[in-house]
Amino acid sequence: MAADSALLLSLVEEYVSGLQDSKAKDTATAVKNGEFTVLQLVEALGLSLTSSQPHTRARGVQLLSEVLHECYGGLTEKEVEVLLVFYENRLKDHHVITPPVLQGLRALTKCTVLPPGSAVSMLRSLFQDVHVQSLMLTERAYVYNMLINLMAIREAELKGLGPDFVFGFVQSMDGERDPRNLLLAFQIAKGIVLRGYDLGKFTEELFEVTSCYFPIDFSPPPNDPHGITREELILTLRDVLAGTPRFAEFLLPLIIEKLDSDVQSAKLDSLQTLTACVSQYEHKDLAEFLEGLWASLRREVFQTSSEKIESAGLAAVTAITSCLSRSVLNSDSEDSLSTFLELVLKDCTHHLCEPDLKLVWPSAKLLQAACSASFRASCVITAATMPSLIEQYTNRAQCSQRRTLLEVVQKFIQSVKTCQTSESEDSVFVAFRPSLCSMVFSALTETNSSLQVTACSVLTSLAQQPGLLLDSDIELAVDHLTRLLLTEQDHTVSVAVVECAGALAELHPAAFISNFIPRLKTEMFSEPIDQDNNRAESEQLSHHAVRQRCLSALAAVSIKPSVVQESTPVLLQVLSAAHTGGFSVEEVVLACRSLQRIAEQVPDSEETGRCFHDVIIPRLLSLALQAALQGEDGNRSPLLEEAVLSSMVPIISTSCSRLQPTLALQTASRAVSLFLDGDVSFLPDNSFPSNIQLLKQHSWTQTQMVCLLVGCVCSLPRSVEVPRVDELLSALEEMSCSALHPLSYTSAAKCLSGLLNKKPHGDSLDSRIHSTMKRVCRELDSSSSSVHTQAFTLMIWVAKALLLRYHPLFPALTDKLFSLLDDAALGPLAADGFSLLMSDSPDILNRGCHADVRIMYRQRFFSENSAKLVQGFNAAPQEKKPNFLKALSNIVNKLPKQVQLTELPALLSLLLEALSCPDLGVQLSTLSCLQPVLVDPPPSLIQQLEALIGRLLALTGSPDMEVRISSLRCIHAVSQFPEHEILPVRARVLRALARPLDDRKRLVRREAVHARNDWFLVGS
Amino acid sequence: MSGGTTLENANPVIFQRSGERLLADTDADEDVHDPIDDREIFDLIRSINDPEHPLSLEELNVLEQVRVKVNDAESSVDVQFTPTIPHCSMATLIGLSIKVKLLRSLPERFKIDVSITPGTHASEEAVNKQLADKERVAAALENSSLLEVVNQCLTNKST
Repeated sequence: MAADSALLLSLVEEYVSGLQDSKAKDTATAVKNGEFTVLQLVEALGLSLTSSQPHTRARGVQLLSEVLHECYGGLTEKEVEVLLVFYENRLKDHHVITPPVLQGLRALTKCTVLPPGSAVSMLRSLFQDVHVQSLMLTERAYVYNMLINLMAIREAELKGLGPDFVFGFVQSMDGERDPRNLLLAFQIAKGIVLRGYDLGKFTEELFEVTSCYFPIDFSPPPNDPHGITREELILTLRDVLAGTPRFAEFLLPLIIEKLDSDVQSAKLDSLQTLTACVSQYEHKDLAEFLEGLWASLRREVFQTSSEKIESAGLAAVTAITSCLSRSVLNSDSEDSLSTFLELVLKDCTHHLCEPDLKLVWPSAKLLQAACSASFRASCVITAATMPSLIEQYTNRAQCSQRRTLLEVVQKFIQSVKTCQTSESEDSVFVAFRPSLCSMVFSALTETNSSLQVTACSVLTSLAQQPGLLLDSDIELAVDHLTRLLLTEQDHTVSVAVVECAGALAELHPAAFISNFIPRLKTEMFSEPIDQDNNRAESEQLSHHAVRQRCLSALAAVSIKPSVVQESTPVLLQVLSAAHTGGFSVEEVVLACRSLQRIAEQVPDSEETGRCFHDVIIPRLLSLALQAALQGEDGNRSPLLEEAVLSSMVPIISTSCSRLQPTLALQTASRAVSLFLDGDVSFLPDNSFPSNIQLLKQHSWTQTQMVCLLVGCVCSLPRSVEVPRVDELLSALEEMSCSALHPLSYTSAAKCLSGLLNKKPHGDSLDSRIHSTMKRVCRELDSSSSSVHTQAFTLMIWVAKALLLRYHPLFPALTDKLFSLLDDAALGPLAADGFSLLMSDSPDILNRGCHADVRIMYRQRFFSENSAKLVQGFNAAPQEKKPNFLKALSNIVNKLPKQVQLTELPALLSLLLEALSCPDLGVQLSTLSCLQPVLVDPPPSLIQQLEALIGRLLALTGSPDMEVRISSLRCIHAVSQFPEHEILPVRARVLRALARPLDDRKRLVRREAVHARNDWFLVGS
Repeated sequence: MSGGTTLENANPVIFQRSGERLLADTDADEDVHDPIDDREIFDLIRSINDPEHPLSLEELNVLEQVRVKVNDAESSVDVQFTPTIPHCSMATLIGLSIKVKLLRSLPERFKIDVSITPGTHASEEAVNKQLADKERVAAALENSSLLEVVNQCLTNKST
């Protein structure tokens, strides 16, 4: 014990007189470990605490405070009480003692055993004896932290202090200048405002002391050591100011004043604060400021050049209107909503009568902002504006004016949509329905295309108003849409019509089933009348265009199952008519696309599942088989074309991947038995011979059908097991190594890889991979083999399947692939193969097909192999180097940007080398890989600026226009680098860019103009 | 309107913008030489910002394609612009912006004439004379504050 006290005394001595700050930590540790108690410490400190030297006393108190800071958890209530009395008393002592006293008090406020009433006494002495703003930064922070701690645990006691607490706080923070402390002070103020402390007569003082910082203008120092951001300050202060309606009378004039500011950020902050505060207010808080607010808001929206400010202003108008609409009125108060809306209407409606002038849009937006706030507001505003808009539409003859009016009307309809809540209310447009309809329909009959397009979108918005349009209106609309679709040549119009038809069909399927689809069908199957040859050609063309539009419209309207039942037979009929030559290849492809789109957008239900799996897919297979069996002699069917077959695949794979797994399994097993056994029993119009062997035929018309098998078996959900998979794999491997027709062997390889990717782990999978690899290597290594390309294709697809699922056998395939880069014949092919490995293929091995795709497989591949690639490049003879560069840029190109940025420094010299490589393909893919990186350049790239600019400028004279364009884009991107870095090369770039300004190709000149103009702006 | 500066013409007539030039099939053909035509020149200058409105010169109808003439073979360009009001104090600045944009975007061989559409501005002659005077244009661009205003007109809005 004696030894202990000697130790304690020496610690105290060394700290107080020896000024060794580290001893505080030792003492605290010792107290924490129970070697001494706090009482012993106080006894040991005795002399220092009573010394006549203020500095010694301060040092003593500081030691005690530091220890308490570490050990406040272990104090008893009694100890806390004694310590508090001591500390409170010390506040009256010499000013050098105040900082450690505050530190100690802060430590004590963290005690959970704080005796009742102590919070009050502590604060009383604090507010009485300490002038906070004459303290240093950290001591001021102690005070704020004390308040925050006490507000957290002793809220009731503090509230008992009444307005004195608020007054004390106001005095403490008055004049605070450090952003770190301000953030704390704002938090306290926020607590006072939000948790209902009694502000008493100090409301205005509290407002003054906080609002003097509004709007916040603070930019953190460059290295930002404290992590205080401007946004943080803005948001906390906004919470304070907008926290209570009691501030309204002070805040609103302040906002009106600040809106006059020329500083954009101040305006924006004011508008956002306004939006935030009115959500708390009632109409009486706002009433007297409405006029002033409106004048400022109107000015901001009418005159601003910044979209941000405009939209913030509009949001404020919406917020004010909804605040006014929400309030409950007394019998004697006036209706401030109608007062406000009158102001808005008075200033805005007359601008709507000048559809040519600039202010028509700002006015319309202001009105719509108010309109979207509440049902009442929308009633008032539409009643005041719609009649005049409709009347003007009838009176004005100019198309551009009519279009503006229509667009304004459409925005009104949309703005009302957002505020309609209860189902029972009638749409505010009910009264205007007849005139709106006649306006839209008259616009649809105009010849001006932009008017028609706008009318279509108005029609869509009208239809989305629940219960607004009558059945007769819909029928008329469908009539108009059909007419436009069949007669209008303009592409933008037909796109708008198709979109509108899609939206309408989702809401009103019946009108489309009974009218739209039959008329489209008749039109598509009517033969164009051919008279003399010249006219026939142009008519053929327009007939083709009509069919094109009909096909895409059929897809757009098929969202509801009832419509799908009607539209898909028409599309299938197009396909079967193609057999006999009624439709061109392009039209058949479009029909397939439409079916695919339908498969993507229909809801997954039993009904639609049956439609696709029992009707559409068997029909597609049967049509393709018929064409294949007819062969190429005589009238060659369009269904033999690769374009048609490959557009059929996504129909099948989409329905297998997303519609009804059980039915998909049925489709898969039917397809497997069709391809393996020639089982044709499930196909409609069954007049096929019984000896079909699709996977073993030598006629390409039949082997290429294997691409349809890809659709049937490779996109099933992983829970569905493909029947007879091993048999299928052997057949596919055989076919992909022997077939001569490119589509056939590629599809077989794809199908094989799709199956391997999903096959469960195990010996059966491993042995399958081994045998396939052996086969591939044998073919590739034998110089006499005639199927090098086939074997390579199979290898690259198998590699992809394994890469995606992180299969342990994948590295063996990579090594083979790298060794092929040195191969004279297959080298370029191997370099391109990397692009296939790294990119998502649209038809197979993607997540849509439920393939096993691990996250970040690209990064993994890159990090495992980039070193090998660089090594290979360095070792390769000069004429093989382009292969490596191409492979590298193919890989880097597909990496996510974040990874590119981190990996780039290591590869930069190689990429720059690639830019000077004479191969156009390498140049192009390197440029396309550099361009995104240039947007946010890493420092290593900036260091190489000279080399980069030199190579890019050289490429602007390339004989290939794509290279010229891409290099100019890159140079353009460099103009956004940090100014001080690029200023030295500015003159050189401007001189060099003068030449491409006179390029023979317009597209090149355009890029050159963009780049050169932005380089001129560098440094200004 | 209180606060802020009042504009000379606060509510001007707005015209529709012409869309992007449609690509012709020959545009991608390496072997075809595309001459510089009126539309190309118009595309260079139509997006120049008005000094006081957040609008382009095309939207204010200050520039129209019919008033842009180019002769690629003879290397000459003639652009006429129409101020929105006859007393527009910005006419010289607008003319200067057009001229600078063309100087920066066209090969050096071109002779560039920028002038006010006859009969549309009170001090038409004086402005035309200033714009035609090579040395005065060069001197104007030496003035850094003027250059900054011109560059502001030429900065393309986040597109």
